[in-house]
Amino acid sequence: MVSAVFHSPRGHMTAPAVAVALPATPATTSPLAAPRPAEPAPPGYDWKELALKVFPPIAGIALLIGIWALLTIKSTTFPSPAETFVEAVKVFSDPFYSKGPNDQGIGWNILFSLERVAMGFGMAALVGIPMGFMIGRFTVLNRMVSPLISLLRPVSPLAWLPIGLLVFKAANPAAIWTIFICSIWPMIINTAVGVQRVPADYLNVAKVLNLSEWKVITKILFPAVLPYMLTGVRLSVGTAWLVIVAAEMLTGGVGIGFWVWDEWNNLNVKHILIAILVIGLVGLLLEWALISIAKRFTYDEV
Amino acid sequence: MNNFIEVQNAEMVFQTKKGRFHALRDINLTVAKGEFVTLIGHSGCGKSTLMNLIAGLTLPTSGMLLCDNREIAAPGPERAVVFQNHSLLPWLTCFENVHLAVERVFGAKECKAQLAARTRTALELVGMGHAITKRPHEISGGMKQRVGIARALAMEPKVLLLDEPFGALDALTRAHLQDELLKIVARTKSTVVMVTHDVDEAVLLSDRIVMMTNGPAATIGEILTIDLERPRNRVALAEDPRYTHFRKGVLDFLYTRHGHVEKQVA
Repeated sequence: MVSAVFHSPRGHMTAPAVAVALPATPATTSPLAAPRPAEPAPPGYDWKELALKVFPPIAGIALLIGIWALLTIKSTTFPSPAETFVEAVKVFSDPFYSKGPNDQGIGWNILFSLERVAMGFGMAALVGIPMGFMIGRFTVLNRMVSPLISLLRPVSPLAWLPIGLLVFKAANPAAIWTIFICSIWPMIINTAVGVQRVPADYLNVAKVLNLSEWKVITKILFPAVLPYMLTGVRLSVGTAWLVIVAAEMLTGGVGIGFWVWDEWNNLNVKHILIAILVIGLVGLLLEWALISIAKRFTYDEV
Repeated sequence: MNNFIEVQNAEMVFQTKKGRFHALRDINLTVAKGEFVTLIGHSGCGKSTLMNLIAGLTLPTSGMLLCDNREIAAPGPERAVVFQNHSLLPWLTCFENVHLAVERVFGAKECKAQLAARTRTALELVGMGHAITKRPHEISGGMKQRVGIARALAMEPKVLLLDEPFGALDALTRAHLQDELLKIVARTKSTVVMVTHDVDEAVLLSDRIVMMTNGPAATIGEILTIDLERPRNRVALAEDPRYTHFRKGVLDFLYTRHGHVEKQVA
């Protein structure tokens, strides 16, 4: 199969695996990613252990804010953390206002971005997962598609945008198209790898029991591939969220990426900083939601 | 005695990355209905390959295999396999694992309640009636192997194929499961072909022991008939001179005449 294998073995579906695969993901490389939900407390809880878990992340964030504050003491162009915080309170006090297409609340911007991500990503999942299954199951298809995937996967998201604009002749579908094409690869690759790695024993069981193809898919292939597939989905959502900001900067409309660009044109640096934080947080939430789903569906190895 | 399984001049050659590997040559074997036959030999001698041929998981390069006078061309539920590592599906409960097999074999002609009853009966037969809702990771290795056996038995196969079923278990559990297997086979009158590398296991369980020479190009070296009466008791047999004699026979073959050559291609 294609050289890059994104699967992280079941059990440890936490941030490091992603940080390796997608070094640019702001959500996972920021110190915010470090704290994990604490283990359920056993009786007589070890408070020192808790402190050691909680303090380092807080210290990390404090350090970042401290450096930021120090560097911006005398600056007139770059806002200080305090100023940004005051502005953020203002921005979030009315997230859903709408004063024409170019001036809407941050809530609307996030929602519009999420809608595009959901559409592009949803279509990518609908196409990519079945395709991954077929590629994994049929060697001929695998050999046919592998070079294409290797060729197209490293292409920068924004290179796809002009094609979208050309074909759809509108900004919004072009942005969705860009998300689609960029988030489809991890799902295809991971699903295909998952199918290829279904233990031979399970397939032998299927052969001895002479199970129908439908039973093989529902009882053996699908459950065995699910953890791999969910890893693909998780990586895809991360990619999609990365891509949307860039795509919206170019296409405009309502969306968090457009908001960043618009505020740059207004030279409102505070809003840009808020946007960066918001993008990071939303990415983190998406990631976290999918990790919880993945955990729900991983079975224990026997 | 009719010849229930027949292996005629079977040859097996694998095409590997390192070139041709001649695994089996000139295998001729017949197994009668209700007979318990074990295949024994050093690792790499192709006993599992022969088992896979009988299961139909691999097809011979040349030669012919028959089961009940029909050629073995593919795996099928009439030749149920218990795999070395149990191969239960980890996302299904014990009940569902067995039910999958039952459903396949009897689903067409029996109602749901009958299928569930068959599943439960099979699990109770191997003493796993208490754990039907458990998943494989929640039970011990010996229990998993029992469920694997239950899955095979539930299909009411013509032949039960056991590929080193107790190899991964500790000695006590293994002894216990061997005794259980003897009881089950006595009750169901199954035809059994079992792969093993355990001499005691072979002598205790078998009617005949098929001893294989070392590979490459392994073949059947000798067949030893164990005419100890059943039911057999392992403790009583330990002092039985005939048992010791048979045991010596197998050991003699394996270590004196066909001692394992260490640096052979596996």
